[in-house]
Amino acid sequence: MGEIQVKDKEVVVPGETLATGMDFLPSYGTYREGDKILASRLGLVTIEGKVIKLVPLSGVYHPKRGDTIIGHVTEILLSGWRIDTNSAYSAVLNMKDATSEFIARGADLTKYFEIGDCVMVKIINVTSQNLVDLTMKGPGLRKLRGGRILSVNANKVPRIIGKQGSMVSMIKQYTNCRILVGQNGIVWIQGEDPAQELLAVQTIKKIEREAHISGLTDSIKGFLEKNRGPNAPRPQAMNHGEGDAQ
Amino acid sequence: MMMYEELRNQVISLLSKQTRLDGRKPHEYREVKVETGVSKNAEGSAKVKIGDTEVIAGVKLEVMKPYPDQPDQGSMMVNVELYPMSSPEFETGPPDIFAIELARITDRAIRESKTLDTKKLCIEAGEKAWMVVIDVCTLNDAGNLYDAIYLAAMAAMKDAVFPAFDGVKLEYKNKTEEKLPLSRVPVSVTVFKYGDHILVDPTNEEEKAIDARLTVGVLENGNICSLQKGGDVAIVADDIFRMVDLAKQKSQELRKHL
Repeated sequence: MGEIQVKDKEVVVPGETLATGMDFLPSYGTYREGDKILASRLGLVTIEGKVIKLVPLSGVYHPKRGDTIIGHVTEILLSGWRIDTNSAYSAVLNMKDATSEFIARGADLTKYFEIGDCVMVKIINVTSQNLVDLTMKGPGLRKLRGGRILSVNANKVPRIIGKQGSMVSMIKQYTNCRILVGQNGIVWIQGEDPAQELLAVQTIKKIEREAHISGLTDSIKGFLEKNRGPNAPRPQAMNHGEGDAQ
Repeated sequence: MMMYEELRNQVISLLSKQTRLDGRKPHEYREVKVETGVSKNAEGSAKVKIGDTEVIAGVKLEVMKPYPDQPDQGSMMVNVELYPMSSPEFETGPPDIFAIELARITDRAIRESKTLDTKKLCIEAGEKAWMVVIDVCTLNDAGNLYDAIYLAAMAAMKDAVFPAFDGVKLEYKNKTEEKLPLSRVPVSVTVFKYGDHILVDPTNEEEKAIDARLTVGVLENGNICSLQKGGDVAIVADDIFRMVDLAKQKSQELRKHL
């Protein structure tokens, strides 16, 4: 009979035995060796019935199909662009996935995206060899003009977005900034007022620092209330037409 | 340069509103902290923090044969090491062009100010003289290594004391009270240019998008003792005047830490 060696929500390190026997299934962040299930990264154990998985606490981003990410163009290819994904693997945005416009043979691709441009894209496929394909067809996917780029730990992205985007909408309300969060830990912020933009940056850094502390939403709300300047806009109704990246 | 066009535009648009990416004013330094005597084995040492940028400098005093062309003088030497632990941009191996430039900027401000009386470093003409070796290493690069390294080198020199030397044997363990013969305190300030705007103390984010920079060595009386220009964009005489004026003004602020 198999046996679980760790408690639910326990912190484990790579190589630690999570379970023995064939009764459990390894999922994200774990692997099977012989009849044992071992952890492959630092994280919290989550046991869901027979499935054992990890919620990673550290480590770099790994591209996953369906993720919406923010990357920048590093190279112009024959029929597309190479995009840096803030991970070990670069991605390719193919011409046919980038625009619905007709691009003539031999056209100058820098007219669409130039090296260094920031783009919001979605991962359509990750092959077993970790070749990543991207698309720009979808709501909110576009080239990002202006604004500033912030890099955060990709594992903290769910906390920055919050449940159903609650955290990021709160920051948007208080700071009147346009914020896009990529699953790869790149955040794009654009605000009318530099002071408000800075407050948004500080708030996101604070979330990144305090992601593991309970009562995060309230502490962030307090932080925003306290640091909101006297002339700052009052929080308005949610959704000002800007698509969230979830 | 082209790679950071967006960042450059952002910095310039913020500068025209008299602010910066981290909310500072264009002519505002981050918090500067200078701590001396951090190393027991060096004759003089200092740790300098400018914001998150952190460097350590150590001064060693050695007895050497003077150079043949200046037999009655001692000498000084500055070496800068950029350790990979301090930035993802730095690699192991011999000093690269950036490390050499940093060392030369620091060396020039100290040497050309004539603050160090090299004749007083001579022990026996043509035979023995003190050599001042200043080593600076980086702990963290969060921008503006230029001023941090200079400040650390100067603070370490002011902290240095001679070891006991009886003409034959040098006893490093036995320190005297005697300080280095420094007559002036030059301060080096680096001013950065973006479009029509100038600023001091950039973060490493801002450093990526600079047009030009000018490092100015300033003495107590406001005289300039050294200059070094860097960056890809040319500067005109008017820019130089503005940058030097700002450097003079900021040098008074930095001098308080020495």
